[in-house]
Amino acid sequence: MSIESATMAIATARQQPVRERFWTFKRFTVPIIVVVVLAALLIWLSSIQLDSIEERTLNWTYITLRVGEHLSLTVVASALVALLAIPTGILLSRTRSRALRGTILGIANVGQATPAVGVVILLAIVWQTGYTTALVALVIYAFLPVLRNTMIGLQQVDANVRESARGMGMTPNQVLLRIELPLAQPVILAGLRTSLVFCVGVATIATFINAGGLGDMIVNGLKLQRFPVLIVGAVLVACIALLIDWIAGLAEDLLKPKGI
Amino acid sequence: MSESTDTAITAIARKTDGASIVLDHVTKVYAGQDAPAVEEFSMTVDPGELIMFVGPSGCGKTTTMKMVNRIIEPTSGSISIDGRDVLSLDPNELRRHIGYVIQQIGLFPHMTIAENIGVVPKLLGWTKQRTAERIDELLQTVQLDPGVFANRYPKQLSGGQQQRVGVARALAADPPVMLMDEPFGATDPITREKLQAEFLRLQASIGKSIIFVTHDFDEAIKLGDRIAVLSERSHIEQFDTPANILAEPANAYVSSFIGKGAALKRLALLPVADAGLGAASGAGPLTVDIGDSLRDALDALVLNGSPAIDVVSDGRVVGSLDMDRISQALGAELPSTRTGA
Repeated sequence: MSIESATMAIATARQQPVRERFWTFKRFTVPIIVVVVLAALLIWLSSIQLDSIEERTLNWTYITLRVGEHLSLTVVASALVALLAIPTGILLSRTRSRALRGTILGIANVGQATPAVGVVILLAIVWQTGYTTALVALVIYAFLPVLRNTMIGLQQVDANVRESARGMGMTPNQVLLRIELPLAQPVILAGLRTSLVFCVGVATIATFINAGGLGDMIVNGLKLQRFPVLIVGAVLVACIALLIDWIAGLAEDLLKPKGI
Repeated sequence: MSESTDTAITAIARKTDGASIVLDHVTKVYAGQDAPAVEEFSMTVDPGELIMFVGPSGCGKTTTMKMVNRIIEPTSGSISIDGRDVLSLDPNELRRHIGYVIQQIGLFPHMTIAENIGVVPKLLGWTKQRTAERIDELLQTVQLDPGVFANRYPKQLSGGQQQRVGVARALAADPPVMLMDEPFGATDPITREKLQAEFLRLQASIGKSIIFVTHDFDEAIKLGDRIAVLSERSHIEQFDTPANILAEPANAYVSSFIGKGAALKRLALLPVADAGLGAASGAGPLTVDIGDSLRDALDALVLNGSPAIDVVSDGRVVGSLDMDRISQALGAELPSTRTGA
């Protein structure tokens, strides 16, 4: 009994600090870096003389608009990916047909393996230019990580856990909703995080089909040889990617089911 | 149709003190295999009986057990619990009233111990109050303090504690039938003995009909009311009480399964009171209690080094035992247990 209580003491000691140490300084490294970089950028911009072309883009209204477009593309595309890829992954992991699974995974693979610029431009040629097209291209491009992780997440659930759930009288749907999905959730979220970061990067290409975003600044800066514009655009995209990855990581840790 | 299914399941569920299980010519052939995994298996388990399936790995004992709650569907034959045909009932509803414990336990890692035990009550739509009371009661039954363990997660428990939770979870809805697949197989020897002793005590008070699969013959002797020794395709080589199997193995296969030391194993099953006692000898420092087994008596006798050993009851010497009397008990035990069983 004394050994047992000692073991318990160790177990509790191991548990407690983990919870307390959640909000550490280390956790805020990324946002702090982002703030420092943005501050440095602002100071540098105010120290140099902007010409009229640069002034047209390097003002709050223009930048907020582009950032808004960029974020909207990223977030809406990722949300669509989650809505489409997770159910597809669940269905595929349920099907016995290897041909179907292979086909869908193959298509998703092609979507990701094709260079993003190619997907965007091709879609624009066969369909139309603009926001919707860019959105569709992003969804195609970011579909695979979520699809694959959903399937892997469900697959790696311990067969014994699944069997005992079934042995206790859960229906297949109850096993899925109460056992398999909660246990697969960390893996699925990891896939979603990858997709989000993909989207931030690929959304810069939306500018080629007139769908806005920070790609506008980067391409204009390059074409017109206005480096302040180019640098602001590039730094902002990088900062957004870092922040979105950070938020997604935070969500992963906070939403992870306790006990696993 | 569904209404009659419901009433059949309710009737089974009410038999909380154990229900009969009848398997009749049950056969299982896996798709793509020629030889059946289980062939023409027939057995009757009486209410409240603890039946051990013993056999080597791959002999089909687990498959046979899993057909009772239809985790594996039989190819042919019939299975009934409390006289009701299991194969015509809704499998999910049915399983909620059959306790199921597997070797790997399979606790749900993302649920607390209390939530794990509360799974079946929740499926059955019990009130929160009733479920909470049942969880408390069960944790106490398996000797885990509810105040300490209810809100823990499985990974915070030791293997033995997890297996206790596994048993508690299987008992949640007070099922008449329990299926146990090598439940103590993955624990260390000391924990296993402790769990076995606790389990015997528990079964003495709850009296469920239990099918218990093991490959450990000593475990089968220790726990079982009756033992089925199984060979390939789940063929029953012998189905009898532990004492009868030890005394009279049906064939060479059963003998080989018993292994050496059959006489000692039998002595462990016999109480001192079964042997004819001689007059008090007053020899040696060691004595045995009348409630001990003859194996304990032999152990003390050897240790004492004297020709006889005193037997005590409530602190008073009531007689003595020597080697001859112990041997005689072994020989005389046969017919007496047969009528007793």
